[in-house]
Amino acid sequence: MITYLEAIREAQHYALAHDPRVFVYGQDVGNFGGAFKATKGLAKDFPGRVLDSPLSEDALIGTAIGAAIEGMRPIIEMQFADFSTCGLNQIVNHAATHYWRTNIPCPIVVRLPSGGTSGAGPFHSQSMEALYAHYPGLVVMTPATVEDAYAMLLEAVAIDDPVLFCEHKYLYYHLKADSLPTEALPTGKARVARQGRDMTIVTYSAMVHEALACADELATEGWQIEVIDLRSVKPLDTDTVLASVARTGRLLAVGEAFPWGGVTAEVIARVAQDGFSLLDAPPVRVNAKDTPVPYHPNLWGTHRPTARTIAAEARKLLRM
Amino acid sequence: MSSTAAAPSTRTESYQQYYLQAYRWMLLARLAEEKVAALYRGGKIVGGVFLGKGQEALSVATGMALKPGDLFAPLIRDQAGRFAFGENMLDFFRTYLGSRLGPMRGRDGNIHRGRPKEGQLAMISHLGAMVPAIAGVLLARRMKGETGTIGATCIGDGGTSTGAFHEGLNLAAVEKLPLIVVVANNQFAYSTPNTRQFACADLADRAKGYGIAGYSIDATDLATCLATLQQAADRARAGEGPQLIVGTLLRLVGHGEHDDASYVDPAVKKSGRDCLALAEAHIGTEGWATTAELKAWRAETITRIEETVATVLREPAPDPNDEQWTALSTQRLRDDFAQE
Repeated sequence: MITYLEAIREAQHYALAHDPRVFVYGQDVGNFGGAFKATKGLAKDFPGRVLDSPLSEDALIGTAIGAAIEGMRPIIEMQFADFSTCGLNQIVNHAATHYWRTNIPCPIVVRLPSGGTSGAGPFHSQSMEALYAHYPGLVVMTPATVEDAYAMLLEAVAIDDPVLFCEHKYLYYHLKADSLPTEALPTGKARVARQGRDMTIVTYSAMVHEALACADELATEGWQIEVIDLRSVKPLDTDTVLASVARTGRLLAVGEAFPWGGVTAEVIARVAQDGFSLLDAPPVRVNAKDTPVPYHPNLWGTHRPTARTIAAEARKLLRM
Repeated sequence: MSSTAAAPSTRTESYQQYYLQAYRWMLLARLAEEKVAALYRGGKIVGGVFLGKGQEALSVATGMALKPGDLFAPLIRDQAGRFAFGENMLDFFRTYLGSRLGPMRGRDGNIHRGRPKEGQLAMISHLGAMVPAIAGVLLARRMKGETGTIGATCIGDGGTSTGAFHEGLNLAAVEKLPLIVVVANNQFAYSTPNTRQFACADLADRAKGYGIAGYSIDATDLATCLATLQQAADRARAGEGPQLIVGTLLRLVGHGEHDDASYVDPAVKKSGRDCLALAEAHIGTEGWATTAELKAWRAETITRIEETVATVLREPAPDPNDEQWTALSTQRLRDDFAQE
């Protein structure tokens, strides 16, 4: 069995072993192996190519940009996605604009340990995908499975554009697969995680698993729920979403991020614009609450969507 | 004209040639920028215009200390250094005038230009951001086993207050990268004077805190600038790590051409020394060129500038219908909905 976290570590190992342009740079990623051990043993296996950086997110991203311009393929680890705001300028104003301005690509991968876990609190729990997806020039991946964590990270390294790789911390240890994949859907293609005919839940990352649990629960009540895993939020596979809504007539968009704007709003806006006639009921969205992510498990468990709260919204929508 | 010769010691014929070369790049920068200012006043420039008047000596010395294959990440008042490092005058006018034939193709303007593959990094407006970026190129070269080249980047007194500047310089020091960081302390960050910008006696004092070499110089004196930058380049090339040079001078223009710098005390304005005029006087004193030769150089330079501008003004502007309207190089990853 291999975990989601081990898949991320294995993908980096593969990239380092097969592409001399790749190096890993971040806080504590060297001999220590990273705060989550996503780079465990890599410094030993690849001397001089897995480097501890100073505690400087701006300089970390800026350095990766320079190295990428020079032909390297840096993989940057942000210790937590939340701290990428300290490197935001380099990501959205430098990396994202570089190819468009100069015609020289900027192939950096920024790994963002994302999303909430119990007890992590306001500054170690955030979901940043919508923020980065807003900016032109960035690819934003949100893998929900062990297989995608591995295959998409390898694809991220191969892509000539800057990639924000939103890996969910909640999935790190719990999510397991029998083996690593040998093939995968290309980035930009969503996956039908579960087929159904009564309603479409569109989601991504850890919420895919809440949505699948919700679908299990509703199946006992006789409902067949289709679950779409977006895999990447930019590009966003609108066609697969529309095709699903055409089958089900109902759309529930679920995300762990804050409620204002964001991926769920984008999904609904696209379906409303291009698939209004496919809808048998108003589209609905479920997000976290509009507060910082709370620390205590009692509060955190209510702040984020869960299978139970998604099912409650789903039942209302199914009865419309 | 080559800008790549090492600065010879003073009082030799080759030093004289080096100094005169520097002067001529400074003159070209001054006159080309005056032309852009005139075009701006004539309504020919779409956006802002930012001039390096009074900073040419420090900038040119930086560009001339670099060799082919080195790196340069200039900022907004570095036209002299850009020319000395090898930027074509066409790039300068094409970017200001928005020609589609320029390196930025109308997508970006004025001083926001570069040719990264030729070692000319394209600055973004966010100050300090280029310090880690050029450090990254140098780090990559070290990883690839490429040695012998160095990089230089420029910034102002205001830019030294940014987090990016500090983070980048600290990182470069930790990695002992061959990086020259040139600070033109021109007394004002837009309108903000030094007294509201930093509290240390001299910005060069900060070098000690980073564990790197620091230099504090009078940047209105070309000879001082040439000698200091050459020494710093030699030391960086020899593996001695980052070099911080703080040159004191006065910005002799507004922040941009839209700015009359009315916030600068007239007495301070009067105190400003013009490095170009001082260099010209020095050439006369040393007898390195006659008044007639200096006059002829100026006339030749103006002719070159006018010819270049005449060419660029006839060039096509960017056409929105020809734009791909995607910021990604990977076409298959375009978000097609967003393109509609």
